[in-house]
Amino acid sequence: MKNVADWALDTATQRGATYADVRIVDEKQRALATKNGKVGHAASGESLGLGVRVLVNESWGFAATDDMSRESVERTAAKAVDIARASARVKEQPIRLAPEPAAKIDWATPCKIDPFKTSIEENLDLLMKIDHELLSVKGVTLGESSLSLRRYEQWFYSTEGSDIHQTRTTTGAGFSAISFEGTEIQKRSYPNSFGGQHQCKGYELIDELNLVENARRIGEQAVALHKADKCPQGKMNLVLDSSQLGLQIHESIGHPIELDRVLGMEANFAGTSFLTLEKLRTLRYGSELVNVVADATEAHGPGLGTFAYDDEGVAAQCTPIISNGLFTGYISSRETADTIGEHRSNGTMRAEGWNRIPLIRMTNISIMPGEKPLTFDQLIAGTDDGIYMQTNRSWSIDDKRYNFQFGCEIGWEIKGGKLGRMIKNPSYSGITTEFWNSMDAICSRDQWTLWGTPNCGKGQPMQTMGTGHGASPARFKNIKVGTAYQGN
Amino acid sequence: MLDQSKAQSIFDKIKKFSTVAEIEVIFSSTDHSLTRFANNTIHQNVSELNEAASIRVAFDGKTARASTNRFDDESLKRAVQAAETMAKVQEPDSDRLPLAQASEAKGADAPSRWFENTAAITPVDRADAVGKIVAVAKKSKLVTAGIYSSSCFAETIINSNGLNAHHRQTSAEVSITMLADDSSGWQKANSPDVANLDPVRLGEIAAEKAALSRKPQELAPGKYTVILEPAAVLDVVGFMFWDFGGLAILDQRSFLNNRIGTKLFGDNITIIDDVAHPLQSNAPFDGEGVRRTRVPLVENGVIKRLVYARSTAEKMRKSEYADKVGEIAVTGHGFPLPNEMGEMPTNIVFVTPGGEQSVDQMIAGTERGILITRLWYIREVDPYQKILTGMTRDGTFLVENGKVKAGIRNFRFNQSLIEMLNHVEAMGKPVRASGEESFDMVAPAMKVKDFNFTEVTKF
Repeated sequence: MKNVADWALDTATQRGATYADVRIVDEKQRALATKNGKVGHAASGESLGLGVRVLVNESWGFAATDDMSRESVERTAAKAVDIARASARVKEQPIRLAPEPAAKIDWATPCKIDPFKTSIEENLDLLMKIDHELLSVKGVTLGESSLSLRRYEQWFYSTEGSDIHQTRTTTGAGFSAISFEGTEIQKRSYPNSFGGQHQCKGYELIDELNLVENARRIGEQAVALHKADKCPQGKMNLVLDSSQLGLQIHESIGHPIELDRVLGMEANFAGTSFLTLEKLRTLRYGSELVNVVADATEAHGPGLGTFAYDDEGVAAQCTPIISNGLFTGYISSRETADTIGEHRSNGTMRAEGWNRIPLIRMTNISIMPGEKPLTFDQLIAGTDDGIYMQTNRSWSIDDKRYNFQFGCEIGWEIKGGKLGRMIKNPSYSGITTEFWNSMDAICSRDQWTLWGTPNCGKGQPMQTMGTGHGASPARFKNIKVGTAYQGN
Repeated sequence: MLDQSKAQSIFDKIKKFSTVAEIEVIFSSTDHSLTRFANNTIHQNVSELNEAASIRVAFDGKTARASTNRFDDESLKRAVQAAETMAKVQEPDSDRLPLAQASEAKGADAPSRWFENTAAITPVDRADAVGKIVAVAKKSKLVTAGIYSSSCFAETIINSNGLNAHHRQTSAEVSITMLADDSSGWQKANSPDVANLDPVRLGEIAAEKAALSRKPQELAPGKYTVILEPAAVLDVVGFMFWDFGGLAILDQRSFLNNRIGTKLFGDNITIIDDVAHPLQSNAPFDGEGVRRTRVPLVENGVIKRLVYARSTAEKMRKSEYADKVGEIAVTGHGFPLPNEMGEMPTNIVFVTPGGEQSVDQMIAGTERGILITRLWYIREVDPYQKILTGMTRDGTFLVENGKVKAGIRNFRFNQSLIEMLNHVEAMGKPVRASGEESFDMVAPAMKVKDFNFTEVTKF
């Protein structure tokens, strides 16, 4: 691929680019889904292409093509330069990049079982078994299971001499049971909503998830929810399971720490952030127990935000975001790092594919587990009264990331240190910093899971990206619950 | 762009590579450019060329799809083999239908949605338009952010029954946010014909909203009369149209379960799906190449009909719901097969009953209420009561005694769509509207009583 990239880099520099990079991406996907014991979706896909990003007159241009012939590649690079020159016509802020040494590396996701070597029969057999278990429960009106595999091979070259070849493999699977009865539609999902669990690893993930073994229980819960009591309204102790806490991190920490949002670059669509620059190292984001990192390194685990180098050639790093409750870091790019006077990007730029520019994206934004041993049972035993909520059903947050509201699929009342009656349609809401400052307990490492969120949207044109979020179950004091049904 | 004859020649090649008789290929061709600005500077500026073939094989009640963006023999063979392998291991599904017939793609001529002046837009044209928007911002001592995009798109569906449906269109879009220290305003518009867009005027309206909403007041949450501008209307009502597909009823995942034929909304609510409407967009055929038809979805508040893909219509006719769902007919609204969701109406047109009011007239007739420019991050809280939550954004105002009095801090709402469409007191003239939470529609502004705000945020 080096020769193809050189066609682009040479053309760009000859036409006046002061910096250029090229990403060539060869992507492969398999997506299978079943519904009520029949194949719902069966598709595979391949996509190959090249994107050229250039700086000319301190302005950006980008062009992408699926035609890898020399003529097309050179034409695409020239187009990127023309676009950058047009960008320079409307410029108040010149674009400069924080320095980064050139890198040469070959890296691939560790996979025990190559998912693309598993047979379609094996994949479908698994999904059919899950559906069979779901539909064996009387009252389940719709059972759905899905599996998705992706291999994303990328070659990155820059005029600064970087030569990075990475192959990321992701595997994901999950299922849901829906029960319609009277005037209610109830839903339960496993191991998480919106497609289940997704990680940057091989097919070994599927065995770890124990999908078939959990299907009947989840189906029974979907049906039982019809007879459960409604979520109360008021302020109380709230315990969240680790998957819901992962999404809470995503929305109320992961997005506001994106430095492009903070600097107004996403103001028209995704929004801005309450984390204005003066809050760095001064804002008490959470309680002393809240320690959050942005960690893209392999050591953090097989998250959807794990890689060796980001998409502008910066090495994966671990950045402290919240340290004992204090706000300590943003996630950045070479451009935004330079803007705020940082000497280096912390390596979070990623693109959805060859036809998109890299943007600042969450890597693995994880809350660190409690240092003292604390199991989930001990957490509940230490809670006199409150509500425990599991598995996300709805999520919404304002465009500066202050006010949020989450709905969960299921809840249980906590009374006298024990889980009691089931609660349906549970929801909670609050203000980001007030919420994180109310955290008074978090379970230890043995309860910690690195969840994958495969569908994070950002940018114009929209890009979808996978992000990782490690979390243990945790408890929050005096939280407003039941808001979603208030007034309805 | 991939034209019909080139698509046909690639299809012929694909057919030779396949061992099965039934083949359908969706060809797509995209030339999309987008200029993005923030802080009064163009900070991202991108362009993409891509052509792809999505190949479906079908035999013995089995079907699967494989896609590729490479048209050399080896890549096409690999995609065909991948689709066949995926299909072969399936259990036969007796509900699977043969591919659509060529006659199913026929219909009245659709309006042309290709405009040479849109196709000819250059990076310099977009930059110059952005420069004018920035000038509006600077004149008002504001900072602006947004996009100006232009694109050409072509889609061709060819199958082994001789069906050959082709559509091409252009599109231009402008979205503008104007920001002050403690307020903002927003406008967005798109059209196949760039002549219909006025970026400077949109910038001026957004700037007026940002200026008017400075020093926002905080109001207590509660039930208020609201005036929703068209973009806010489409973003919230868009969440119900997934439920107007026949398969949603068969799956029992629709809020219309047991409600078709009933009067669910107010008398003044009439909604059709009409791809041929002059303010609509997109291809006149569905994911199997079947011609889209005009479908009355809601008439005077009564749920009249659903839309159907071919196989869903067949299933519905045999189902226990057959006599409870109104007319069952293939309407040309199916997604590409195989899929789990069936179909959905995506060319929504609101038909107002007369007596339309402008937003200014609605304001003038409101003693106390809230004017809403834009809604944000809308999600479904309850799928059967159709309760949605979300936030106001970029221009939320208190209206008192017939006048816009002040900007206010943004609210969170938790509102049943069913109740909302029973509380519409006035509507504007339907316009082509574009938001961020749902697809474009022909929708009016609405004045709605008792809109349920549950919380207020900090800005």
